[in-house]
Amino acid sequence: MIENFFSLTVLVGILASGIRLATPYLYASLGETFGQRSGVLNLGVEGQMLLGAFAAFYVTYTTGNLFFGVLAALVVGALMGLAMAFVTVNLQAEQGISGIGFYLFGLGMSDLLFQKLLGTVETVSGFPALHIPFLSDIPIIGEIFFQQGLLVYIAYLLVPLSWFILHKTTLGLKIRAVGENPQAADSLGVNVAAVRYFTIIQGGALSGLAGASLSIGLLNVFQQNMTSGQGFIAVALVYFGGWRPVGVLLGALLFSMVNALQLWIQVLGIQIPSDFAVMMPYVLTILALVVAVQRVRPPRALSKTFERES
Amino acid sequence: MKRNTSNFSFAQIIDAALPVFAGLAALGIGAIMLLALGANPIQAYSALLQGAFGSWNAIAETTVKAVPLLLVGLGICIAFRASVINIGGEGQMIIGALAATTIGLVFTDWPGWLVIIMAMVTGFLGGAIWGAIPGYLKAYFRVNEILSTVMMNAIAVNLMNYLLRGPMIDPSQAELASKIPQTARLLQAFHLPRLVPTRLHLGVLIAVILAIVVYVLLFHTTLGYRIRAVGHNPDAARYGGIRVRRQVVIALLLSGAFAGLAGAIQVYGLNYRMITDGSASGFTGSAGFNGIVAALFGQLHPLGTVPASFVFGALLVGANSLQRAMQVPSAFITALNGLVVVFVVSSEIWRRRRQHRRRLEIARSEPETLEPAFATPTEKQS
Repeated sequence: MIENFFSLTVLVGILASGIRLATPYLYASLGETFGQRSGVLNLGVEGQMLLGAFAAFYVTYTTGNLFFGVLAALVVGALMGLAMAFVTVNLQAEQGISGIGFYLFGLGMSDLLFQKLLGTVETVSGFPALHIPFLSDIPIIGEIFFQQGLLVYIAYLLVPLSWFILHKTTLGLKIRAVGENPQAADSLGVNVAAVRYFTIIQGGALSGLAGASLSIGLLNVFQQNMTSGQGFIAVALVYFGGWRPVGVLLGALLFSMVNALQLWIQVLGIQIPSDFAVMMPYVLTILALVVAVQRVRPPRALSKTFERES
Repeated sequence: MKRNTSNFSFAQIIDAALPVFAGLAALGIGAIMLLALGANPIQAYSALLQGAFGSWNAIAETTVKAVPLLLVGLGICIAFRASVINIGGEGQMIIGALAATTIGLVFTDWPGWLVIIMAMVTGFLGGAIWGAIPGYLKAYFRVNEILSTVMMNAIAVNLMNYLLRGPMIDPSQAELASKIPQTARLLQAFHLPRLVPTRLHLGVLIAVILAIVVYVLLFHTTLGYRIRAVGHNPDAARYGGIRVRRQVVIALLLSGAFAGLAGAIQVYGLNYRMITDGSASGFTGSAGFNGIVAALFGQLHPLGTVPASFVFGALLVGANSLQRAMQVPSAFITALNGLVVVFVVSSEIWRRRRQHRRRLEIARSEPETLEPAFATPTEKQS
C-alpha cells in the first residue's frame, strides 16, 4: 500500500484534486477578505454558501443551464449580503452574532427548500473539465493545473484581481481606510456605510458562488448541510492569510491539499481510522491560526460597528 | 437618580420586552415563509403550539427539550458577558457526554447515585477542557475564539464517530455485521430519576438550580464582576488590576463546562447511551447552537434564559407536529431560529439609543453621580 502511495499517478491525483478543492475556499475567503478589510466580520458565509449551492443546483436542474445556475447563486448570495449589510451597518447589530443568525437561516432555509422543491438527492451535469489548449498537454503539469472546470480557473483569476482592487485602486484604498479607522475615513469624505454595503454584498455574492462551485462544479449534487463547515473554514483562512489575497490563496491551497491527501488516504485504504483523517484539516486550521495570527495585525476596526457622530 | 425611578423602570420594561417584539417580528417573517410554502400560518402556528403544550406529555417533552438549551445558554451568558463568543457548544456537549458515558460504562458495579454524580462532574470537566483550549488560545495566542470553537466542534464530532465505531462500541454490536455506532446501554441504576410519569427527569431541576447559581456567580461574586468588567471594557479592567487573559480563559472554560454537563444529562436523562449518525446535531439536536439563541433571547441573563429556553424548547417540540400536521419540514424552525437571532441582535440598537439618552439626561442633571457601569461595593474599596 505505502509504496503505491508515492507513485506518480497518485501524486498527480492528489495535487489535481487539491487545486480543485481549493475553489470554494477561494471564492468565499476572497469575498470575506474584502469584508474584513472594511471592518466587517461576516460569519454567515456558511449559510450564504448553502443557499447559493441550492440556488445554483436548483436553477441548473430545472433550466439545464449552468450559467443561469451561477447567476442564481450570485443573486441569492448578494441578497443575503444585502440583509446582512442592513443589519450590521444601519442597525449596528453585533457582527459575529448576527452572522450566526444568518448561518442558521441559510442552513434551515436551504434544507427547507431542498425538501420542498426536490425531495430527493438528484444530480446534474456540472461544469465539465476544460482543457486549456497546449497547456493541458504538458505532462504532469497539464494534468494538475489545466484540466479543471471553468469555476476553478475563475477562482484562481480572482486572486490577482482582488489584490489589484485592494491595493492599487481608489476603491481598495477606501475599503482599507474604512477598516482601519472609519472615523478618519468619514472625516475625509469617504462614505463608510456605502463602502461596507459594497464589501458585504460582494462577499455574499462570492459566498453564493462558492456554494455553486460545490453543487454544480465539484460534486454536482445538493444535500442538506453539504458545505459541512467549509464556510467557517473560509473565514479562518482570511485570518490565516493575513487579510491579503495571496495569503488567502496559500492558506486555501494548504488546506485543500491536506484535504485531498486525506481523501486519497481513505481511497487507498491505508490503515488510519478515517475519522482521524477527516479531523486532520480542522486540527491543522487551529494550528495554522496560532502561527498566522502572530505575524499580522487584523484591521483595527474589524467587527466594530460605526456610527457617525452627529 | 432616585427621582427618575418611575421613568427608569418603565424603560426597563420596554428593554426587557424588546426580544419579545423581535421574536414576534421573526414569527411574522416566518408566517410569510409559511404562506410561500402553501401552509396557512395560523393553522401552522397553532399546530406548533398544540404540539408543544397540548398535553401534559407535550409540556414534559418541551421542558425536557429546554434542558440542554438552558445549560448551554447559561454557559453562553457567562462567555458573552466577557465578550467571548462561544460557538463550540456542540463539541463541548459531545466531549462532556463521551466523558460521562465512559464513567457509566466503566464503574458498572458502583452504586447508582455515586456513578451519576461522578458522571455529571466528569461531563462538566470534559466540556470545561474543550472550552478552555480555545479560551487559552484566545487569551495567549490571540486566536479568534469563534473560529477555534467551530474547529473544535468538528474535531469533537470525529472523535465521537471514531470512539463509537471503535473503542466504545456496544460489544453486542461489535459482533453483528450492522455495527451500529453506539455504546452499550447504561444500567438502569444509572438513569437520572424521572420526576413524574413522563420523560421529565432530574436534569430539569439541576438546570434551573444552576441558572440561579450562575446568576449569583455573575452578579454577586468577585469572579462575576471581573468577567463582566472584562467584557465591558478590557482596557479599563486591566487598568483596574484585573488579569484580563485569565478571565477570558475562565469564561470559556465555564461556558464549555455547562455545555459538557448538558451533554452528560442528555445521555443519563434521556438516551441512556450514545449513538452517532455521523453529524454533531445527530447527538446534540443542535442544542449547542440553539442554546446561543435562547441565551440571546433571555438577554444574556441567566434567569431570563430559563423562560427563553422553554420557548425554544417549545419551538423544537412543536416543529415535529408542524411537520406531521402541515408537512412543513422541521428545517423551517432552524431558519426561524436564525431569524430570531438576527432580529434580537438588531433590536439592541433601540436599547442602546435609550440608554444613551438616559445617560445624557442624568449627566446634565447631576454629573457627579455618574458611576462606572460595573462598580460593586466590594470592588470599589480595593
